[in-house]
Amino acid sequence: MSGARVAIVDSGGANIASLTYALDRLGIESKLTRDAQTIRNASHVILPGVGAAADAMQRLNSNNLSKVITELGQPVLGICLGMQLFAKASEEETTECLGVIPAMAEKLQGSPQMPVPNMGWCQVHQSGSHELFAGIENNSYFYFVHSFALPVGEYTLAQAEHSQPFTAVLAQGNFFATQFHPERSATVGSQLLSNFAGLRA
Amino acid sequence: MFYDITASPDGRTVNRNWVSNVAALLDIPFCVAGGIRTVADAEDILRKGADKISINSPALENPGLIADLAKRFGSQCVVLGVDSHSMGSSWHVYQNTGDAKRISRTSRSTTEWITEAQNLGAGEIVLNCMNQDGVRNGYDIEQLAAIQERCHVPLVASGGAGTMQDFASVFRETGASGALAASVFHSGDITIPDLKHYLHDANIEVRL
Repeated sequence: MSGARVAIVDSGGANIASLTYALDRLGIESKLTRDAQTIRNASHVILPGVGAAADAMQRLNSNNLSKVITELGQPVLGICLGMQLFAKASEEETTECLGVIPAMAEKLQGSPQMPVPNMGWCQVHQSGSHELFAGIENNSYFYFVHSFALPVGEYTLAQAEHSQPFTAVLAQGNFFATQFHPERSATVGSQLLSNFAGLRA
Repeated sequence: MFYDITASPDGRTVNRNWVSNVAALLDIPFCVAGGIRTVADAEDILRKGADKISINSPALENPGLIADLAKRFGSQCVVLGVDSHSMGSSWHVYQNTGDAKRISRTSRSTTEWITEAQNLGAGEIVLNCMNQDGVRNGYDIEQLAAIQERCHVPLVASGGAGTMQDFASVFRETGASGALAASVFHSGDITIPDLKHYLHDANIEVRL
């Protein structure tokens, strides 16, 4: 549809299938890969991730993909743990990450009313208009599953709240990321993936 | 939530192809339950596109399975299903409830089991209150409120939904994070959009 050829970086997470299916439903061509050349040649790159930051960074490093990813010039979308990997580091076992975003992924503060992991549908408040939000109403609900998050900063395009506000969507140059799972966020999630595939390098 | 409730009593695991087919169609999260006994079973089901796996009878036989799954996939993937029946003033856990011939009462009290399971790493609890299950007389508010007090992970109420009012009551009176129902939806007596609007109008936060 958009003519995008998406490379999904195989970071070893167990549930990448749902992302592939979501792109299939949108008619967007995608390939799950660890091959540096395939990633470089893609029109768009998605870094998904579920699991632990240290494991995921170890997998990226062992495939020499950390440098490949940080040097990409096409639109790149980090999802969930993928977003946290864009940070300088994560408090999760104090893991050094890719350093695309000048911030640290912090552990969510839990309470009896606000359990961690934060799991479920949360409203996402857009800070302004952006191509990624085309056709998506402000304050729409998206599906989150996470224990860590990036604080709100200059890179924040939208925020959500748990015990405190955190970054739900960010942009820094050609790097974009969502803390929620667009592939599991019903119509608004599909729209966001479609908007991402429509971004030009 | 997709249950294959006879998988454990039959010694099977839920059909994997069916998980892929569901994952290809759905754009919302789903959880699969049915005879998941090992980390390898769970990994296969998650790879096929499920978002979470739920375990019940196998965890009662081997509580360490909860810890193994949480360590490998994170607590957010690991849902513990508990079938609980009241006995006087306390509650007891049952297993193999999917088969009337194999169902049995375990030696565990529900409150102790819920505490132990959370300590092992369960990320969510679905509490099926068997006294109320299938009778559409409302959720077991007393039991759910008592368990909610001991829960630091999301608790999903199950068993007894008959009217839209029952859903509003369980959220207001127990603090449960979610409410599960099957028969009222399958029969069409309550439609999900109607229920969501009803709860929204009752000032209960729900995604419309």
